[in-house]
Amino acid sequence: MEHNNKDHATLAAAFNVDEARVDWHDETLWFVRQKRDKAVHIVPEWEALRETASQIKNNVLSNLHDYLLQFEKNAQQNGITVHWAADDKEHNQIVHSILQQNNINRIVKSKSMLTEECHLNNYLKSVGVDVVDTDLGERIVQLADEAPSHIVLPCIHWKKEEIGELFHQYLGTPKGNADPQFLTGAAREHLREKFLTRRAAITGVNFAVAETGEFVVCTNEGNADMGAHLADVHIACMGIEKIIPLQKHLGVFLRLLTRSATGQPITTYSSHFLQPRKGQTLHIVIVDNGRSRQLGREDFRNSLKCIRCAACFNTCPVYRRSGGHSYHTAIAGPIGSILAPNLDMKDYADLPFASTLCGSCSNVCPVKIDIHQQLYKWRQVLVKDGYAPTAKKIAMQGMASTLASPGIYRFAGKMGRWVIKHFPFMVNNKLNAWYKHRDMPAPPKESFGEWYKKNREKKG
Amino acid sequence: MKAGLFIPCYVDQFYPQVAIATLQLLEKLGVEVVYPPNQTCCGQPMANSGFEHLTKGCDELFVKNFANLDYIVCPSGSCTLHIKEHLHDEHDEAAATGIRKRVYELTEFLVDVLKVEKLDASFPHKVSMHQSCHGQRGLKISQMSELVAAPFSKPGKLLQMVKGVELVQLSRPDECCGFGGTFCVFEEAVSAKMGKDRVADHIDHGTEFITAADMSCLMHMEGILKRQKSKVEVKHIAEILNSQL
Repeated sequence: MEHNNKDHATLAAAFNVDEARVDWHDETLWFVRQKRDKAVHIVPEWEALRETASQIKNNVLSNLHDYLLQFEKNAQQNGITVHWAADDKEHNQIVHSILQQNNINRIVKSKSMLTEECHLNNYLKSVGVDVVDTDLGERIVQLADEAPSHIVLPCIHWKKEEIGELFHQYLGTPKGNADPQFLTGAAREHLREKFLTRRAAITGVNFAVAETGEFVVCTNEGNADMGAHLADVHIACMGIEKIIPLQKHLGVFLRLLTRSATGQPITTYSSHFLQPRKGQTLHIVIVDNGRSRQLGREDFRNSLKCIRCAACFNTCPVYRRSGGHSYHTAIAGPIGSILAPNLDMKDYADLPFASTLCGSCSNVCPVKIDIHQQLYKWRQVLVKDGYAPTAKKIAMQGMASTLASPGIYRFAGKMGRWVIKHFPFMVNNKLNAWYKHRDMPAPPKESFGEWYKKNREKKG
Repeated sequence: MKAGLFIPCYVDQFYPQVAIATLQLLEKLGVEVVYPPNQTCCGQPMANSGFEHLTKGCDELFVKNFANLDYIVCPSGSCTLHIKEHLHDEHDEAAATGIRKRVYELTEFLVDVLKVEKLDASFPHKVSMHQSCHGQRGLKISQMSELVAAPFSKPGKLLQMVKGVELVQLSRPDECCGFGGTFCVFEEAVSAKMGKDRVADHIDHGTEFITAADMSCLMHMEGILKRQKSKVEVKHIAEILNSQL
C-alpha cells in the first residue's frame, strides 16, 4: 500500500500528464458503466430493489449489535470459530495467531478489500508469512508491488501489453505475448500449484446472514472456493457492516450487486459457507476498524450500507480521469472519499474535495447512499476541524466579506472586469490555474446591475 | 404575478446578456419582474468549499432582498439548488423557509409554474444541450441516465418550442463538465480534462451552439472552446428561448 504525503490533486495531475492513457482509462470504465446501464434498464423494478436494499441496510445499522450477536451465536452453532477485532492491528494479529497455531507460513487469499484496508499482506510479510493473492487482477498488482486501483477491477489501470511484460518477468511467459487468454492460462497454472500446496485460505465476505450464521462470498473466478475447499484452515474476514438479517434478503442484494458492479446479472459464483467441512477449521474475523465511530456520525453513518460494488467509481467522471491510486487509500472513488476521513481526517482531508458534486454516484448506488451529499458535509467538518489550507481559508474569508456587502461587491466586480480588460496579463498567466487550459471570459462593458440601473430604474 | 429576478454574481459581472434575456423572456410571458439591486451571491462558492459557516452574511442579504416576492426566478440550476438546500437566517428563519420553497430555476418556472406550451422564438441552428448536474440531479429538471425511470426534460421541452432549433444528441447525455466551483482551480488537471472531453462530445456530433440552464458550466466550456479557437459557441438557454433570429 503506497502511503505518501501527496494529495489527490497532485497525484491526479501526474496521472493526467499522459492524456492518451487518461482517455483509455476513462473509456474502459465508461464501458463498464454502460454495461451496468444495460443490465439495470431491463429490470423494471430496479428502483424498488434499490429502495428495499437501502431499507434493509438501514435496519441493520440501527440494530447492528443484536444482529452481530445473533450471527455469532448461529455461526458458532454451525461449528465456526468467531473472532472479534477492534481495529486493523488486532485483525492482523488474530489472522497471524490462527496461522501460528496451525504451523502455517504460506497461504492463499482471495477477494477481500477488508484485508487491503488492514494492510494484512504487509503485516504477514513482516512476520514471515507468504501470501499469494489468487484473483487474477489482485495477483497482477501484487506482482507489481502495487495496491489495487479499483475494488472490483484491481488492475484496471494496467494494459494487457504491460501485463504480458510483467508475466514475462515473474512467470516466465514468452516476451511480447499479450494475448489475454494465454496470460490467463499462465496465471492459472502458476496459481494451481499454490492452491494445491497451501494449507490456509483467506477470503472476504460479501454478506453474513444473522438468521443462519452462514456467509456468502461472490466471485467470478472461483478462487475463493478453490482456496477454501482445498485448505485445512479457512479464515473469512468481514467488517461489522456485512450483516444482513435474513437469508431471503440475499434475493435482493445478489440481484443488485453484480448488475451494479460489472453489468452481469449475477456473479459466476455466489458461494454459501455454512459450516466447516470434515477435517477443516473455519474462522470468521469480525472487524470494527472505525466502523462504529462512523456509525456514531449521524451525517455519515449510512456510508456503512455500502456493498462494495464500485458502481460509483465507474460512473465518477473524476475517478475515471484520475485513476484509483490518486485517492491514496485502499478504497478509492467517491465511496472511499466519504469512508477515508473517518479513518484519518488529516491524511484524507483532500478526498472529499476530489469531486464536482455532480451526484452521479448517489444515483448509481444500489443501496442509495447519498454519497455526494456526504462529500459536501465532510467538507464542512474538515474545514471546521482545521484541515483547510491557510491560503484557501484567507481567500474564502475575503470572498465572504465581499459578497456580504453589495457596495464592495459592485466595486470589486467593476475592478475585476477593468483589470481583465486593461491588464489581461494580470489574469492570463501561469499563476491563474484557470488559464492553463481555459481562456477567461471576455469582460462585458457593464454588469447587469449597471445595465438595469441605466435602462430600467429610470423608467420607474 | 410578481417574480424576483435572482441573478448569479458571475452572470451579473460577466454575462449580463443572459440576465437581460431572462428578464425580457419573463416579461414577454406576462410576469411582473422585480430586480432587487442589492443582490450579490447565493454563497455557494464558500459553502461547496467547506466554508458554509461563512455564508451567513450572504444568506441574510438574500433574505432581505427576496423575502416579499411571490416567486424567485434564477437562470441557474446550481445557485437555485444552493438556496433551496442551504438558505437559513437565524433572525428570520420563516422568511428563509418561504424563499426555499418559492425559488425556481428558470426552465422549471416556465414549465411548472407558467405552464408554457408555446414560445414566440426562433433560432435556426444546431443546438446541443449540456445537462448541468445541479439542475438535473439536484432540481430534477431532466431525467437522469443512471435511473430506471421515464425520460423527460424541461429545458428540452422548451427548446422544442423554438422555431429552427435542431437538437443534437450526445454520446454521454449527462456527464459533468468538470467546472465544480473552486474544483476548477484546486483540481485544475482533472477539471480541464473533463471540460475538454465534454466539449469534444458536443463538437463530434456537429453542434453549432452548446446550451445549458447554467452559465457556470458554459463559462467553463467556453474557456476551452476559445482556447481551441473553435467556431462552436455557448449560449444560455434563456438567450435561445428569447431569440428572434
